[in-house]
Amino acid sequence: MTANGWVQIVLYLVVLFALVKPLGWYMARVYEGQNVGLNTLLAPLERRLYRLLGTREDAGQSWKQYAIAVILFNALGMLAVYGLQRLQAVLPLNPAMLGAVTPDSSFNTAASFASNTNWQGYGGEVTMSYLTQMLGLNVQNFLSSASGIAVLVALIRGLRGRTTQSIGNFWVDVTRTTLYILLPLALILALALVSQGVVQSFNPPTEVPLLQATTDGDGNPVTTQTLPVGPAASQVAIKQLGTNGGGFFNVNSAHPFENPTPLTNFLQMLSILLIPAALCYTFGTMVGDTRQGWVVLAAMTIIFVPLLVLAVVQEQAGTPQLAQLGVNLVASDAQAGGNMEGKETRFGVVNSALWAAATTAASNGSVNSMHGSYTPLGGLVPLFLMQLGEVIFGGVGSGLYGMLIFAIIAVFIAGLMVGRTPEYLGKKIEAFEMKMASLFILIPCVVVLFFTALAVSTPWGKGALYDPNISYTSIYNPGAHGFSEVLYAYSSMGNNNGSAFAGLGANNPFYNTTGGLAMLIARFWLMVPVLAIAGSLAAKKTVPVGPGTLPTDTPLFVVMLIGVVIIVGALTFIPALVLGPIVEHLLMLGL
Amino acid sequence: MNLIGQQFRPALVSLLVLTLITGIGYPLLVTGIAQVVFPAQANGSLIVEDGQVRGSNLIGQPFDDPRYFWGRLSATGVHPYNAFNGDALVGSSGSNLGPLNPALAEAVQARIDALRAADPQATPPYPADLVTASGSGLDPHISPAAAAFQVRRVAQARGLSEEQVRELVAQYTEGRDLGLLGEMRVNVLRLNLALDAIPFK
Repeated sequence: MTANGWVQIVLYLVVLFALVKPLGWYMARVYEGQNVGLNTLLAPLERRLYRLLGTREDAGQSWKQYAIAVILFNALGMLAVYGLQRLQAVLPLNPAMLGAVTPDSSFNTAASFASNTNWQGYGGEVTMSYLTQMLGLNVQNFLSSASGIAVLVALIRGLRGRTTQSIGNFWVDVTRTTLYILLPLALILALALVSQGVVQSFNPPTEVPLLQATTDGDGNPVTTQTLPVGPAASQVAIKQLGTNGGGFFNVNSAHPFENPTPLTNFLQMLSILLIPAALCYTFGTMVGDTRQGWVVLAAMTIIFVPLLVLAVVQEQAGTPQLAQLGVNLVASDAQAGGNMEGKETRFGVVNSALWAAATTAASNGSVNSMHGSYTPLGGLVPLFLMQLGEVIFGGVGSGLYGMLIFAIIAVFIAGLMVGRTPEYLGKKIEAFEMKMASLFILIPCVVVLFFTALAVSTPWGKGALYDPNISYTSIYNPGAHGFSEVLYAYSSMGNNNGSAFAGLGANNPFYNTTGGLAMLIARFWLMVPVLAIAGSLAAKKTVPVGPGTLPTDTPLFVVMLIGVVIIVGALTFIPALVLGPIVEHLLMLGL
Repeated sequence: MNLIGQQFRPALVSLLVLTLITGIGYPLLVTGIAQVVFPAQANGSLIVEDGQVRGSNLIGQPFDDPRYFWGRLSATGVHPYNAFNGDALVGSSGSNLGPLNPALAEAVQARIDALRAADPQATPPYPADLVTASGSGLDPHISPAAAAFQVRRVAQARGLSEEQVRELVAQYTEGRDLGLLGEMRVNVLRLNLALDAIPFK
């Protein structure tokens, strides 16, 4: 690897961490209802909206009311996305005249965008009309991420509340997140992206001549190329900021119209981890002790960086299979070298592998290279980052509330060791909290492993049922890599990430239905236990710090937190990983 | 049930209002500003020469004529570099071949064979990006190494000196963004357009 490659990685981390404090501080002020400068413009709009909703800024909700509000809001959003896809052929803003999306694909996509997963079983430019992209997908990019942050803020209120029923008001939280945080950031990013060449237009696809004519499969001459455009920049900006990840085009941010230059690539990668990282500081500020936030951020970073380096090094090394054909894999200024299959020249190996780690650490799932063509261990990194439960940065809001659940488990385990009732931030952690936390940890593991097992052991998952005559299978690559495709798909959907080993032919009723269920369970069945914990903690008294209290703002606690996350993830998934990427790695070396 | 009834109206109204703001207001605002301030970029960065559209700066085209520089392999459906085909429902795509899939080694070998058939003097090692498929299937660039590898072939096919072609490659080589980000690269379509502009001997 070249020195420049290392410099790019370090620069990325430095810029990211430099932005944590200012943005984290800003977001804390938004949720505390303090003036952030935009209030003159937005406060009147906000007040009018609350009146229209029949709510007030200071009207608190119990955890049950809050949970019902989140679920109802997202259910209606999901219904809207479903309806738009089914009806797009007769609705306006469809210049490419695309037909209605099939029912199973529409269900999958609606579940996917409402759950902040943005798994895409379809190819964007040839499936979704501009109207569906704007009013359906783009809106959910905002609202599903705002819902995630709202639930986090409710949990924080639970942690710091004192004998109260209220954990805040969902409608206020979701409105403020959208208007004060997501919209301004998205607007700035979208315009920066357009300036570099990300398309933003309502024109139909443009036809351009080919300099050298080619032929199609039947030998007919092809003399033109059709370039799809559309309102992409506005959607790409929020897809990255909201850890959504759903691309405007089929290949997502590998598409030159979605990610044209290394500079847009840098901005998009930065946006992927920006809000999840900054929310750690927001959390610290809101509980009145910023060290608590830094501790969580440190634990995330310490897990993230070694995995990121592993991915980069593996991809840069390439495979002996290509080396023996005479391919030059050595990186230099003249070429990126390494495993370039599925990667773009302008990004090379370093920026592709860096992106792969960031997008799966966060539950973003957008890609700028094809993960399915990664080396075995290079592909293991994104897979394992998702399986850790999307808590290493994770989704906006959902990553940090997941990590706080792990923190609760960490203090519980520490409490068991010394035989005292555990506390976190002055709240006693008791049986109810632990039951809910256990649900939170177990549900995604069960979902991922159950559906993977179902898919690889039945004809539906293998695809034979769909076209038995031509022995077509859903699983595209042979051997261990084929198993990895399926494991990756359910790890992605079962943790609301959305990235894919795209070799899997997942746009069929089996994968669309099981995947849709996995995404809904992973999102909403986890939000409810989190809100239940928030409600239960809010109702408790704060106990003073005693000699038996485990301090949660120390390096020791960072180590404990990392230990819990790694042990839960590793115990659950290492057997499955051995069957997939690890076997494949050994086969590769055994050439 | 009562709890759900209470929340139904705010759920519906807030979804509608926020849809108007984020689904209509926001993209229209971005489009409006983009079309005024960055019209060329917002509409696909088209290359226009003498009033004629020749392609896009950002989207690669297929080349297999020895007189042209070749781009990355492309795994798009129906034909390479097929950016959009609404009838066949295909667009941008990678090969998605796993690292040990025999089909990957076959595709790489086929590219090597084609390169050697067009230039029998070509010898290994082969630049990695020149023998592999891009992620999008539309990659407009190749690495400087991949361009250098093809200079002799293009020069011979066009009756130009290698020096002349090398100069042209250098002219169309883009550095890293801000001197730091991404990789050095050569825009294949623009280089080939420039080659065609040189009178043929």
